[in-house]
Amino acid sequence: MNAHAAMATFDPDTLQDHRFTVPGMRCAGCISKIERELPLQTGIAGARVNFSAKRVAVSHDATIDEAGIVRVLERLGFEAQPVAANPLAQDDAETRKLLLAVAVAGFGMMNIMLLSVSVWSGAGGVTRDLFHWLSALIAIPVIAYAGRPFFGSALMALRYRRTNMDVPISIGVLLATGLSIHETLTGGEHAYFDGAVMLLFFLLAGRALDAAMRDKARSGIAALLSHMGRGASVLAADGTAQFVKSEDLEPGMIMIVAAGETLAADGRVVEGITSIDNAMLTGESQPEPVSIGMTVHAGAANISDPVRVEITAVSGDTAIAEIARLMDEAGQSRSRYVRIADRAARLYAPAVHSLALLSFIGWMFAGAGWHQSLTIAIAVLIITCPCALGLAVPAAQVVAANTLLKQGLLIKDGSALERLAEADVALFDKTGTLTVGKMRPVDLGGLDQTGRAIALALAQSSRHPLSKGLAAALSRQGVVPLPISQIKETAGDGVVGDWQGVLVALRRPTAGGDGPASELSIGGKLFTILFTDALRPDAAETLAQLGALGIPSQIISGDRSLVVGAMAETLNLMATGELSPQAKLARLQSMKEAGHFPLMVGDGLNDGPALAAAHVSIAPSTASDVSQQAADAVFVGDSLRPVGSAIIVARATMRIVRQNFAFAIGYNLFAVPIAMAGLVTPLIAAIAMSLSSLIVVANSLRLFRAAG
Amino acid sequence: MTGLVFLIPIALGMGAFGLLAFFWAMRSGQYEDMDGAANRILTEDEEYGE
Repeated sequence: MNAHAAMATFDPDTLQDHRFTVPGMRCAGCISKIERELPLQTGIAGARVNFSAKRVAVSHDATIDEAGIVRVLERLGFEAQPVAANPLAQDDAETRKLLLAVAVAGFGMMNIMLLSVSVWSGAGGVTRDLFHWLSALIAIPVIAYAGRPFFGSALMALRYRRTNMDVPISIGVLLATGLSIHETLTGGEHAYFDGAVMLLFFLLAGRALDAAMRDKARSGIAALLSHMGRGASVLAADGTAQFVKSEDLEPGMIMIVAAGETLAADGRVVEGITSIDNAMLTGESQPEPVSIGMTVHAGAANISDPVRVEITAVSGDTAIAEIARLMDEAGQSRSRYVRIADRAARLYAPAVHSLALLSFIGWMFAGAGWHQSLTIAIAVLIITCPCALGLAVPAAQVVAANTLLKQGLLIKDGSALERLAEADVALFDKTGTLTVGKMRPVDLGGLDQTGRAIALALAQSSRHPLSKGLAAALSRQGVVPLPISQIKETAGDGVVGDWQGVLVALRRPTAGGDGPASELSIGGKLFTILFTDALRPDAAETLAQLGALGIPSQIISGDRSLVVGAMAETLNLMATGELSPQAKLARLQSMKEAGHFPLMVGDGLNDGPALAAAHVSIAPSTASDVSQQAADAVFVGDSLRPVGSAIIVARATMRIVRQNFAFAIGYNLFAVPIAMAGLVTPLIAAIAMSLSSLIVVANSLRLFRAAG
Repeated sequence: MTGLVFLIPIALGMGAFGLLAFFWAMRSGQYEDMDGAANRILTEDEEYGE
């Protein structure tokens, strides 16, 4: 496995393994680059990429730490973040169990079918009995193993005096098995082992599809989430800095907050001057300057210079905690949503049971004897057992989720697709949602090739958000940085360096204009570079598309009304600015009370409660962890287009699901009378079940083309 | 009819073999990184003899 052996020799005892998410891996080249280049670094013994999960497992010794590996990956051109020890392993185990159950049921089904075919084609006497015995020997352990997910869930439902889809399934399978065993013992003509096992196989396939879809989205989102164990460097009494986890922070501690870090607790600045980015917290797009004595909130990002902050409030009392509490409350309304499959089951289960019971009683009255009546009742249960129904929803939703995944949208579960299809009004946050959320240079036309190359070299060596934006824009144009020596970054001022004896600098501008800007000086020549937080590409098209689908859009933002108003005008939308998280939440709730099904698209912490309260919600992958977790779907990349595709695909999915249901009901209308008339043999049951399942799956596959 | 004595165990054995192979593949992580495996075909492996 470890194809890329160490350059140096490592003592296996000192090696540790750490895992990093690298969302930027897109191709085979990235895999080989990472696996080949990482071990060249001293201290790293090996690297193994998991491309599906966008993760790299690195084994290294004590000479390099997690932060060091992240820096190495960054130098290779990949943004990376360490991941906590697999918090999602449990869910993977669930899917794995289902897959194993599918395999066992499939094995049983095929072998029993092999034996059944000869019985159907006329094997009699000793041969038939022998084949029934063999079938029983295979079927009983297979049903015991593969049926557990259904039996467990049915028992649970019955214990709470409820019924779900699993109750008729379990009863049908158990009765069919019991009757078949009886038939086998008494040398009877019909054994339903094949029907029972086939039923389990098709239903398990539906479950496994459903679980695989949730896993895929979850691992995709986990790859986007940043490091879970947040905390801060705290200044100890002896002057050294120690990393303290956020839950262990206490008021009075002094945090050292480096540039680029996010604050872990509320506090007051005691040393240093910097600017902080409150966009995640309030939606405000302009960085805000802070100096000694000013209050800063957890969740804000320190963007320019290191500062020391005395903690005044910790986890439980911070501004973030208030948002978290609101989200908790808001999220409860959504858990009341009942999925379409469960709604169908509520009607279906009692109908099936009463039909089976009716046929039993009916045949008893007709004087058929208890054995024949029971056989017919069981045939009714088997033939109505919801094979097609169990596949109708998951098959369609999995195909839809895969189609959307290709467009860059991760759907968390099937219920999100159902709710997306119902959305009738869309609310957008501004900063980071309609806009990219990063500062980008407006116009670089005034710079010649040399100027751009110098600007890139300077911008690359700074962590300031403007420099990062400039570097990103220039690299995208294919500019190659010029070698610049003696680069020095002065906090709060800019970067200075030496290029072939000429003093070059990228500074904060001398003359204050409106909006963020940088000044590039080469020798004595000055260029002012203006920055703006640009609209996402396709934002206008997407909004128009939503409008055409009958979903009017609005902007609700925490940013200043002036800025929001200007954007609303360009996009021709209704907009409200300066909304607090509570106000956003209230807006959503009043809409829901008015009978609307709002779709919320937002990224900041301040959108968290609104995302949780909305009928359905989408967050960009650049959103805060909290928002990504609260949202039903996450889209990757700069374009807003996946939001429009999501609605189109969701509606197409529901159309297909309804067709599937209609088909399943039609099938039952046809099959139940045959079963009640006592004409269903195991052969007919097997054909009917496979045929209906195949038709449903084939119909669902049409969704591959839905997003166009 | 005596053919059945051989044929049925062979059929069952082949099925069981497939099932065991699947269990093994599952346990040994063959399905952990499907997209990665698809992409790795394209990488050139310079290090021979490893």
